[in-house]
Amino acid sequence: MTYLPKPKLHHPALPKNAIGLTHRDYEGAISTLCAGCGHDSISAAIIQACFELDIEPHRIAKLSGIGCSSKTPTYFLGTAHGFNSVHGRMPSVLTGANLANRDLIYLGVSGDGDSASIGLGQFAHCIRRGVDMVYIVENNGVYGLTKGQFSATADKGSKSKRGVVNTDSPIDLVALALLLGATYVGRSFSGDKPQLVPLIKGALRHKGAAFLDVISPCVTFNNHKGSTKSFDFVREHNDAVNRLDVILPKKPITADYEPGEVIDVPQHDGSILRLIKLEADYDPTDRVAAMDYLFEHRARGEIVTGLLYVEPHATDLHAELGTVATPLNRLGEAELCPGSAALAEFNAAHR
Amino acid sequence: MTAPIRAVNDFVVKFANVNGSGSASANRLFAKAILRMGVPVATRNIFPSNIQGLPTWYEVRVSEAGWLGRRGGVDLAVTMNPQTFEKDQAELEPGGYLFYDSTRQLPDSRFRRDITRLGLPLTTICNEHWSDPRQRQLMKNIVYVGALARLLGIDMAELERLVGEQFKGKEKLIEPNVEALHLGFEHAGRELAGACGLEVRRADAVGERIFLEGNAAAALGCVYGGATVCAWYPITPSTGLAEAFMRQCERYRIEPETGKKRFAIVQAEDELAAIGIVIGAAWNGARAFTATSGPGISLMQEFLGLAYFAEIPAVVFDVQRGGPSTGMPTRTQQSDILACAYASHGDTKHVLLFPEDPAECFAMAADAFDLADRLQTPVFVMMDLDIGMNEWLCRPLAWDDSRRYDRGKVMTFADLEAGREFGRYLDVDGDGIPYRTYPGTHPTRGAFFTRGTSRDRYARYTEEGPAYVDNMQRLLKKLETAKKLLPAPELVPAAEPTRFGLIAFGSSMPSVREALARLAEEGVHLDTLRVRAFPFSRAVEEFVATHERVFVVEQNRDGQLRQLLVNECGIDPARLWPVLHYDGTPVTARFLIRAVLERLSDAKVVPFRKAVS
Ligand SMILES: Cc1ncc(C[n+]2csc(CCOP(=O)(O)OP(=O)(O)O)c2C)c(N)n1
Ligand code: SF4
Ligand SMILES: [Mg+2]
Repeated sequence: MTYLPKPKLHHPALPKNAIGLTHRDYEGAISTLCAGCGHDSISAAIIQACFELDIEPHRIAKLSGIGCSSKTPTYFLGTAHGFNSVHGRMPSVLTGANLANRDLIYLGVSGDGDSASIGLGQFAHCIRRGVDMVYIVENNGVYGLTKGQFSATADKGSKSKRGVVNTDSPIDLVALALLLGATYVGRSFSGDKPQLVPLIKGALRHKGAAFLDVISPCVTFNNHKGSTKSFDFVREHNDAVNRLDVILPKKPITADYEPGEVIDVPQHDGSILRLIKLEADYDPTDRVAAMDYLFEHRARGEIVTGLLYVEPHATDLHAELGTVATPLNRLGEAELCPGSAALAEFNAAHR
Repeated sequence: MTAPIRAVNDFVVKFANVNGSGSASANRLFAKAILRMGVPVATRNIFPSNIQGLPTWYEVRVSEAGWLGRRGGVDLAVTMNPQTFEKDQAELEPGGYLFYDSTRQLPDSRFRRDITRLGLPLTTICNEHWSDPRQRQLMKNIVYVGALARLLGIDMAELERLVGEQFKGKEKLIEPNVEALHLGFEHAGRELAGACGLEVRRADAVGERIFLEGNAAAALGCVYGGATVCAWYPITPSTGLAEAFMRQCERYRIEPETGKKRFAIVQAEDELAAIGIVIGAAWNGARAFTATSGPGISLMQEFLGLAYFAEIPAVVFDVQRGGPSTGMPTRTQQSDILACAYASHGDTKHVLLFPEDPAECFAMAADAFDLADRLQTPVFVMMDLDIGMNEWLCRPLAWDDSRRYDRGKVMTFADLEAGREFGRYLDVDGDGIPYRTYPGTHPTRGAFFTRGTSRDRYARYTEEGPAYVDNMQRLLKKLETAKKLLPAPELVPAAEPTRFGLIAFGSSMPSVREALARLAEEGVHLDTLRVRAFPFSRAVEEFVATHERVFVVEQNRDGQLRQLLVNECGIDPARLWPVLHYDGTPVTARFLIRAVLERLSDAKVVPFRKAVS
């Protein structure tokens, strides 16, 4: 298997966004995943979200762990730097990258095995620290790349392709993210692009730890009857609490809604997260209520999706640490080295 | 009757205390006062993995001749811990002195007959003088320092000055401390006048040297070397390095206009995350490091391989201690050499630096960032507990203000814009070192995908064998380039021509130098090579090639550096005589002399004599 560059034939009629780029400019290499894999739909949603937000692709750093899901950063934003790190450790690498340059957007892509099994610790700690990032788990309940073993998000009682029943309790990454202080938490489904794209957009505009659990069926190993991560199962059990519309600063608000139908959550950068309520009394700015709702509905076998929680006044790790505004990787001797006079003083104090 | 030892500016004092009793600063006061009198001292902490209540020791070797290694043996034992009284007494050289608290009468049978007792009723003195129990306890330490000043002839003015410096800003504390010093001094004068044959006499043998811990020195090297990201997980003996970096950054790295920080320090959840953060930051163009010890190195293995293969300039300080992790965490060793040299899976090989003292910890720490950036690979600074956690007398730290950071081969926006060809793993200059770009540099050029799996010269994914081999060969070439950039070994020829050589490194050096001098007095001459880096340069191979037999001194069981020499330089193992010390205490000159003489006599080179002492 080798790298397949995608032919870049720009059709003059392709629509351009505000910075003059076409959809094509946000693509990457041709995917080598199985045809129909949910992960490819998520890549497409990322491409669309970035296109619609007029983001310069090279201002994003893509980081991932290991797995089919973690391979996907090659398949979008080809002009952005990417780092396919080691299994389960993307969060630490992303944290370091973020510390080095606070001016880029950090997009972490991971799998359920990568984040809930081997990498659960790193997942938890980077959320706790409030690293400014978009963290997407492409959740298929199995290890795709190692051929279909259960992962830690597989539901108890769900059946593998070979008929083995999972007896372990599942780890719900959304519940964990809420508990650990993530300031933007959503769940979606790779098969629901209208829901997913705005959720990614909101996450990209959010300042703080944004986490998205995207159920992404593995067509090869986990899309059969008896699986709770199959296309059919997710469609049947999807309980969407809201629809999100990301309104950029200075953009006119077009659609009108009846009072009570929408919740507007302003973001630090002036954009507005407009949530159209599908569940009448779901309040996405109430962390505890979100957790309650999640647990209640999970017990009924429902998969709660939508923007489940957002903190309007979120902060990030840099704010907590009090680092300078200039990215650390741009500081030079003048800012960093105290020089020989200070050293002479240091020496004198150690005699 | 053994005659009491008589010595001027050449003896060993060992303090035995209880952990957490406040003795550490008093003992340090004692050592520094001697230094201020111009007499070199070498101090070593011997402490348990515990916060309070267990025994701890502090050894002070006074040596006007300037021998800074551990000597072995004790001339004056200051026994402030009843738990270890017997053991501490037993360690005394015949004719030595035992200083103890005589408040509680001990039967004669508790004392050795070949030593001199120096008893003072410290508890009584303190109880009479202070009413607060905590103060009684703390002041007891200062009282014994005052008493020792009298017994050894330490200048009280120096002690008072040091107390003044120590409590600068907390002036209220100066007076009671000075009072305590005098109390001890006077009691010793009245009760023990002339009882001690050891003496400190003012000299001029310290000069410009400073007294500093390796951990603090290395941390300062990171500040000077431009490190901005530090990620770490607490582990003795490396914790002090990260903590010192924190303190020094608060002092030197605050943006004056805003009060904001020109650094980011993260106490990670474990060592895996620590090295992951370092790798992410270094990939993104910041200078980043972690400080750890053997168990942390073990946890970092997978990531270190990634950093090697992905060519990330990560700096790792390994403050070595005894292994395994449950074994001797607070004892010194040089036993992670192999674990670091070949860290990770697959074919890997890493750059190691071996500082010999705190001054070199500072220099090598700063250099490590230049080397890592230039070579685009992890660089390990191999310290140990002895250097890291003890204050050493060493040359002052130096910095050349005209020095510029070598950020290595980084293509800028302008380079890319000008159309320079970019291939992340392309060996443009023939030195095995490719160019890199930082994320976000250019809108359309210079982006690449970093992977732990194989790729071609343009960072494109491939599983083709030849592309993999091509890359692995280039990495070897890069290590060849490294040999030219790394600090060269330091050769000290013997006073007379000799067929024998000795290789040593790191914290063994002070004892090695002393041993060599003593051996030379005995007519045994050895050329010495201090190895300062791995991969070894040609000079190391030549040194071995030009000597019939070479001793290799190291503080581990398996002769790890020797194994590296055999492996990497293709040396016949029979030509390398291992000298191994690994009981967790720093190696002594006595041990080395004995080992060398025994080996030479086995080989019938010199007649066997008892080791000189
Ligand atoms: C340390 C380590 N252990 C095991 C593996 C093998 N491995 C590769 S991918 C993977 C599971 C990936 O599962 P997930 O994160 O769910 O990704 P998916 O393929 O399902 O998208 C495993 C176990 C590895 N790469 N590294
Ligand atoms: S194995 Fe599953 S997860 Fe992997 S590419 Fe195929 S469908 Fe997707
Ligand atoms: Mg998976």
